[in-house]
Amino acid sequence: MSKAWTFGENMNTDEIIPGRYNITIDPLELAKNVFCEVKPEYAKNVQPGDIIVGGQNFGCGSSREHAPIAIKGSQAKCIIAPSFARIFFRNAINIGLPILECPEAVADITEGDDVDVNLATGEIVNQTTGHRFQANALPDFVLRIADAGGIVNFLKSNDIEELMK
Amino acid sequence: MGTLIEEIFSRKAGRPVQAGEILLLDVDYIMSHDNTTPLAIKAFRDIGKPIFDKNKIVLHLDHAYPAPNILAAENHRKIMDFVKEQELPYLFQQGVCHQVMIEEGFVTPGSILIGADSHSNTYGALGAFGTGLGSTEIGVAWVTGKCWFKVPETIRVELRGQTQPGVYAKDVMIHIAGLLGMDGGTYRSVEFGGEYIDKLPMHERIIFPNMSTEIGAKCGLIAADDETIRYLENETPAKGPFERIVPVNPRYERVLEIDVSALTPQVACHPDVDNVKPLAQVEGLEVQEVYVGTCTNARYEDLEIVANMLKGKKVNPHTRVIVTPASARIYKRAMKNGLIEILMDAGCTVTGTGCGACIGRHGGVLAPGERALTTMNRNFVGRMGSPLSEIYLASPATAAATALTGKITDPRGYLENI
Ligand code: SF4
Repeated sequence: MSKAWTFGENMNTDEIIPGRYNITIDPLELAKNVFCEVKPEYAKNVQPGDIIVGGQNFGCGSSREHAPIAIKGSQAKCIIAPSFARIFFRNAINIGLPILECPEAVADITEGDDVDVNLATGEIVNQTTGHRFQANALPDFVLRIADAGGIVNFLKSNDIEELMK
Repeated sequence: MGTLIEEIFSRKAGRPVQAGEILLLDVDYIMSHDNTTPLAIKAFRDIGKPIFDKNKIVLHLDHAYPAPNILAAENHRKIMDFVKEQELPYLFQQGVCHQVMIEEGFVTPGSILIGADSHSNTYGALGAFGTGLGSTEIGVAWVTGKCWFKVPETIRVELRGQTQPGVYAKDVMIHIAGLLGMDGGTYRSVEFGGEYIDKLPMHERIIFPNMSTEIGAKCGLIAADDETIRYLENETPAKGPFERIVPVNPRYERVLEIDVSALTPQVACHPDVDNVKPLAQVEGLEVQEVYVGTCTNARYEDLEIVANMLKGKKVNPHTRVIVTPASARIYKRAMKNGLIEILMDAGCTVTGTGCGACIGRHGGVLAPGERALTTMNRNFVGRMGSPLSEIYLASPATAAATALTGKITDPRGYLENI
């Protein structure tokens, strides 16, 4: 069972992880304080594989990578939102945190719903409401980065050209 | 066949590409600065492979430079040690990164530049693709020389007419930010063109791609033309021949047409860049600091406007007026032509080059309750210091008029010297 955690529109990187915690880049340390002001119960209760459901323009604000690193450190499986801020979008992909754009699913899901996501096909099933949604499938190269655990790990054992094979 | 970004990417990919495709492309230069380089060094060390091509890496110390505290000093130390260790040829310490990138000839039409700084979009003024990325990707590019891009859709901003005296490119761009909004350009390439842009000199053109970041754009582009080539040949060491890449039968997602002829001076008000008002609506609002600086508006011509307006006058005695030339080259030219003396005689504090007060670490930090009128590009809450301070964005002319009165002031009453 993957529980959905919902967040509002224009969630900025400071709300994801306030600047004062950015003195480390250790994912597990950052995860202890992720969303600490907007949803303090998240960090305490999140289970591996849970799903973040965000609003429009998720991850706006500074280009700091601590925000997606903190979410990944919390072991969430992926983020679904209607749209992401541009640099957050790239940073998330590069650290191996899958992100899906699907406004219809976001409108359907409420906090605590049981949501299944197939990252390879982009299929999202809200088991609680019984509704199915189709996000754009993640490009293969994104899945390759996610499988490797991020672009840095990918490059340890591959050449960059292998991303696009 | 396509928009300017599709044309630029098609040349690099060696085949026609369209919006929506994902490409892995060679990059021409990889830029980072004192704020973002340390994390890139970490990614680089984690990957554990050698640098692909040292000549593609350009580093700058500009954000908190010279170091205002020990943490900043440690950052600089780390970067300078790395430069020595890796024998990197390009480290600059004499100006705002984006200005120096252009002045030193790294930016040419059709080239691809990535930067660990959100305003790397600036390079689009010369018909280059420039975009901001996180530090990890910069470390990755040091090793691979490549970066992946999704070819973006394009919003075309078509500008007609001529601005009135006292109204500048900055006013036009602030107006556009108000129309499109803070996320109006997200993931998009924003192409600026039309007769207004065609007639605009390079120092004013730069403002549009620079502030395309404020509307969330992946890049802001202006097609290279005679003015671009003139600028490159006369003012930079860049070696031609330069390619003139233009849109060919483009399909735009959206076209925004604006006639600038009737536009009045504009101000982006606290706390958002799209909280835009005609100056008349905020005229008379008291300010405690006027800041002329940054990659947006601290070029020679900007300092010239300010100096001409302040010549023989005194700035308001209750206002701090700080001028931070964007680069040493600009500073020297301003000194040679007497601008610095005029500014100092008028009561301005002229600082060393760099980002200065822009990020609230030094060079003009705001106290709680203070309000600043600046020539910057963003006015996030707390950007210049206290979260209880306010930032208003405007043109250098508006900054000069405001410096004289200590209140937000329409520059059109002070133009007799220009
Ligand atoms: S001047 Fe300001 S906006 Fe420009 S690069 Fe420096 S900190 Fe960024």
